[in-house]
Amino acid sequence: MAWTREDMAARAARELQDGFYVNLGIGIPTLVANYIPAGIQVTLQSENGMLGMGPFPYEGEADPDLINAGKQTITELPSSSYFSSADSFAMIRGGHIALSILGGMQVAENGDLANWMVPGKMVKGMGGAMDLVAGVRRVVVVMEHTEKSGAAKLVKRCSLPLTGAGVVDLLITDLGVFEIGKDGVRLTELAAGVTLDEVRAKTEAAFDTSV
Amino acid sequence: MASKLRDNAGQALEGVLFDGMTIMAGGFGLCGIPENLIDGIRNAGVTDLTVISNNCGIDDFGLGVLLAAGQIKKMISSYVGENKLFEKLYLSGELELEFNPQGTLAERIRAGGAGIPAFFTKTGVGTLVAEGKEVREFDGELYVMERGLVADLSIVKAWKGDAEGNLVYRKTARNFNPMMATAGKVTLVEVEELVPVGTLDPDQIHTPGIFVDGIFRGAHFEKRIERVTTRPRETALAGENA
Repeated sequence: MAWTREDMAARAARELQDGFYVNLGIGIPTLVANYIPAGIQVTLQSENGMLGMGPFPYEGEADPDLINAGKQTITELPSSSYFSSADSFAMIRGGHIALSILGGMQVAENGDLANWMVPGKMVKGMGGAMDLVAGVRRVVVVMEHTEKSGAAKLVKRCSLPLTGAGVVDLLITDLGVFEIGKDGVRLTELAAGVTLDEVRAKTEAAFDTSV
Repeated sequence: MASKLRDNAGQALEGVLFDGMTIMAGGFGLCGIPENLIDGIRNAGVTDLTVISNNCGIDDFGLGVLLAAGQIKKMISSYVGENKLFEKLYLSGELELEFNPQGTLAERIRAGGAGIPAFFTKTGVGTLVAEGKEVREFDGELYVMERGLVADLSIVKAWKGDAEGNLVYRKTARNFNPMMATAGKVTLVEVEELVPVGTLDPDQIHTPGIFVDGIFRGAHFEKRIERVTTRPRETALAGENA
């Protein structure tokens, strides 16, 4: 039995450390905020110009001037601050954000990430993803291990246009956890009930294992 | 000194617009967009516009209105995923599109307004974004050269402003507005509250009036929300621990 989206978010939340400034992407990464371990305080950055993101507002209290990067209404905390997009990306590009957790379409064994474009099909844009993977000190990708079609997403080389080259430090999928470094990919954890054989069968990239 | 005060969007835009011009428009999604000036450009009917904005509104609001009217020739944006018409026009070749990483777009505008013609950034090295651009090594790392951006016109939304053009933004409605205010050959601003000179605390002004050519109180602000997301009272949901 592989991990659910919630399990993956909870596992990603274990990468957080007390005092971290963190940027969470859209999708499963957003759920990570629900699993911040007790006793750990992190500050969430929203790249549209806010540090210290609070919870969603109560019904009837949504403020159109206060949204997150996913365009959802949010609230502020006593410690919050607002700033321009240029200042926001000075934080990101300048290495001031400790951790970025984002989604992926493909991750390659050399740490390349593709998550913004399918040529001829999907035209949405990269938003802040290219800046985040280039500038944030540690990049964690959370994604399903395979496409719905069964095609591998942890691949030898990305076939989709890259978001960044050699940028992924850790990959969390529904099957397990992979560290990616200069020496390649290493499987460090298996999801409960998942076998090494199953991971091998569903992975195109070469990987070592410590499980 | 000539007054910067204008009555409304139509008057502010008089003599400023021409076919084929480049326009920067502030906002992130629908948050902090100059809705009155967008309507004014729609009513003026200018075409072949190159529009620089992080997003392109939605199908029937924000910059999507100019798209639907066929006034936009090219967009420079970081994300256009909320606009179906955009995707259709682009895939059919009717619309030119230049994607910039969001931070690169913000910095290009900041640089343009500050008189900096180009800069180097790590963002996009080894991707489509770096193709055809100079890549240079600094301190053992690769960086791609990006150009500063300026526009014929910048349209900006602020919360409060005065006749001098001093501006204060509110919460995340600030986003791209301050940089764009600096990077327009002409910068026009719509505010929710036009306050008497001397009312704003000089220490709290986000955009000093030097960057502003014309200012008016917007006739209406719909301030539509793309994704109203709420939580029930007394129950913790996403972000509660943040």
